Parts: sequence; structure tokens; C-alpha cells
Amino acid sequence: MKNRGLLTRRAAITAGLASLGAVAFARYPRELPPTYGHILRMGDAVTYAAQRALLPRQKRAREYSRADITSFPAIGTTDPGARKTDLGEEYRRLHAGAFKDWTLSVEGSVKSPRTFSLAELKALPSQTQITRHACEEGWSAIGEWTGVQLRHVLDAVGIQPRARFLVYTAYDDWIDSIDLLDALHPQTILAYGMNGRELPVPHGAPVRLRLETQLGAKSLKFLHTLTLVDEFNDGGPEGAIQNGWSWYMGI
Amino acid sequence: MSEAPSVLESPGMRAHPRWVRISHWILAASVLTLAVSGVVILMAHPRLYWGEAGNDLMPALVELPIGPNYRHVEFEGRAPIRQDDAAGPVSASRTTDIFNQNGWGRSLHFLAAWFLVVPGLVYLLTGMFRGHFRAHIWPQSLELAPPLVWREVRDHARFRIRRRPDDPEYGLLQKFAYSFVVFVAAPLVVLTGLTMSPTVSAAFPFLLTLFGGFQSARTIHFATFVTLLLFTLVHVVMVIASGFGRQMRAMTIGHSARPSGSLRTGN
Repeated sequence: MKNRGLLTRRAAITAGLASLGAVAFARYPRELPPTYGHILRMGDAVTYAAQRALLPRQKRAREYSRADITSFPAIGTTDPGARKTDLGEEYRRLHAGAFKDWTLSVEGSVKSPRTFSLAELKALPSQTQITRHACEEGWSAIGEWTGVQLRHVLDAVGIQPRARFLVYTAYDDWIDSIDLLDALHPQTILAYGMNGRELPVPHGAPVRLRLETQLGAKSLKFLHTLTLVDEFNDGGPEGAIQNGWSWYMGI
Repeated sequence: MSEAPSVLESPGMRAHPRWVRISHWILAASVLTLAVSGVVILMAHPRLYWGEAGNDLMPALVELPIGPNYRHVEFEGRAPIRQDDAAGPVSASRTTDIFNQNGWGRSLHFLAAWFLVVPGLVYLLTGMFRGHFRAHIWPQSLELAPPLVWREVRDHARFRIRRRPDDPEYGLLQKFAYSFVVFVAAPLVVLTGLTMSPTVSAAFPFLLTLFGGFQSARTIHFATFVTLLLFTLVHVVMVIASGFGRQMRAMTIGHSARPSGSLRTGN
């Protein structure tokens, strides 16, 4: 009797694990970030695959009320114009002109590549969200962000069916990328407003990315270009992986 | 299909089954790696808070004097974020380069966490279905008679831990400690860790509610780590005090090389 009971439980567990495995396999990401044989990058890839395979997708991060807004440190680059680089010089010029000449280029695997001025982004449907920014360092802050859903911008240029990732670059020479699941998340926005005002320079003026399902480091400030790509792009020497960081920061 | 009968090595002690020995060492290696990488991560921002948000521009619950970032970070351009609320939240730009080894620290932490979560779940399920916890880890109601509990506490306080031949393998306080680690601390440290993941907390927002927010989860995560660290210290001291070689043999090759060995300690 005892054995029979155990076998029944075992059969139940086996069936449960098998169906979980089947669901997980079907949801497993089609392309994983490269590991270059590095054991830590392998762990990152496992975490990314497991989160994509096991978790409900595109769930909205918690939103807060105005009363919950907190102090907000600006770290990393707090003014690209202070950088002695080509992009730094260009940013200085754009900043002096109140970003009237700033444009965001959207290119790559899209049907009609084009640029968006700040006014053109603001003419698209706007969205305001009060969310928690979690920094990989360990701190967090709550702020109100206003912008346009990235989905609207990508819809305006037409995503090619073969596109898999969105690569984005910034005026402080940062480069990063996300999969389309995060790019098309309803809370992923190109933010031009913070706490009811224009986005200040230390927080990424004129436009930054807000990606609420990953750590703050993925939400690049001072956006320059968006490029849809068909295959994983590690961003080269400026990208996370070659700098010894995890590409996926959903954890 | 229950546990294979093990050789009785000494009064009140038998060999650890193989699945216990294997999971013990995988989990021990994982916990050690998690402890080291966890402290490295904490050193990047050694301040703890309560609630959802906490940062250098907000008061900390406690600032831990670990590493170069302790009371080190400075800001400029501090300005209120609302024109009508000069005493309210502010924004400011950080001017200090900080210690940050999270590139490898975080990735190593999450890699090691897989070796806690997966073997930990296998251990929990095996222990439940084989009756291991009921038989060896979970305190029996008979053991919970106040005079017996009092005797155990008194003996431990005097470092005179006696084992009688008909006693269970593990003492009552030992069972309390193991039960706490297996059923309270380990699940708590994993759940608070997951609560800090933005994707997980978006998928399961009740975790944020359960632990009182992102920073509360981080603080509980650290407090649970400290508790587990204390457990590990006591555990290692007790292993040494009760016969290091014999205990190590029991947890590695599975049996004691000295069948006549006694489990008596401290007397």
C-alpha cells in the first residue's frame, strides 16, 4: 500500500514536471545572449531563459501615487555636454538650443526608418506612470515619468517580422539592448517628463528610456538612436557583456 | 521505498542517507558563495531602509560600516523636485566614484542562487516524501514537554550536551535550529531575494505587499542572511565539539570509521 501511494505521488510529480517542462520549452527564448564561455554569463543566460520561460509575460510593474514620490539621485553621466567627445560636443550644442534640433533616429529592421523630433514624440499619445527605479547598486527611488510608449514609436516605423532585439545608444556613448518582449511592454516608454516637469539634464534630457521590468541601468538616459536588429548584438566594447556585466537585468 | 536502513554507528546515531549528504554539500557551497557575493553587493550600497524606496538622498534605517562607500558618497545641485514643496523630495547629482563590483558580484550571486533553489527544492520534496523531516528534523510532540525543553536549554547553556542511548539522533534544540533553517530562513531568504527582481515583482506583486516593499525585502534578506550566518557558526562549532572527524565522515562517506564512537560531547 505504501509503495502504491508513493508511486501515485511520484506519477503526479512526474506528470506535473513534464507539463511544466513542455510549457517552459515552448516559451524558451529563441535567442540567448552570448556567454563567450564565461561561467557567470552562462548563469545570466539561465536566469534570463528561466524568467522568460516560467513567468507570466509583460506584467505591469507596480505603480504608485503622487504622495509616494521620493528623492531621486542622478548617477553615472549627469551631463554628456561635459564630455570631451564628438557626441558630447553635439549634446552641448543641442542643449544650448533647448533640444529643438534634437532628433531620435529609429532604424534597422523597420519598414520605414525615420527620425523623431521632441515635438513629434510629444504629439504621439502620452502616458504618465509613477514607478520604482531599482538601481543595481541596491538603492531605489520613486518618480513620475511622462512619455510615449515605445510600442507607438515602433509601430509608426513598422517592425519587420524578423526583428528580435532593440539596440539603443545614448549621447554619453552608452549602448544597450532589450528583447522585443520588454520593448513592447506597455510600461516601456520614451520619457520626456519627470515629476511633472521637462526631463532634467542629470536624469537624461531630452529623452530617456524607462524600462520598468529591469534594473535602472537598462533605462539609458540621453537617447540618440534606436535600432531594431534580427540577431543579438552585444554592443561591442561599450556593451554590458564585454564589460563583465549581465545583459539581462530583470533580476 | 522508504529510506534504506542505515547502520547504527553509535547510540542514537546513524549514517546520513546519500541524498542528504549530496544536498548538504551542494547547499553548503552555494550558501558560502551567496554569502561572499552578497556582502560584495551590499558593499556597493551599505545602507538599509524600510518600505519601497531608499537612497543616498533619504535617511537610512542603518548604514553598515563595510567597505569604502560607508558615509562616503557626495552629491551636488541638490534641489527640491516640486516648486511648492521646498522641504519635500529632492534630486541631486552624485559626484563621488563609488566602489562597485556588482558586475561579477550580482552574476555570481544569481548563479549560486540556482544551486540553492534547485537542489533545495529537490531536498525539500525528497525529505517530505521519504518522511525524513517527520522522522528526524521536525520536533516530536513528546519532545516538547516543558521539563524536557528546559533540560535541553539548561544543558546547552552549560555546554553539557548529553545524549542518552535511546534519544533521537538530533537533540531538541538541534531540531529547532534545523527546522528553522529549512522551513523558515531558507524560504524567506529566497522569497525576499526574488522580491528584489523587477520582473518577478511585476509578475507577483503580492511579494512586495507581503514584505512591505522592495527595500524592506532587501533589509529582511540581509537580516535572514545574518541569522543563517549565526546558525552556520554554531553549527560548525557543534560539529567540531562533537567530534569533527566522525561528523565529517558521517556527512561525506556516510558512516563513521569508529563504530564505537560516542556522540557524547562536553563531558
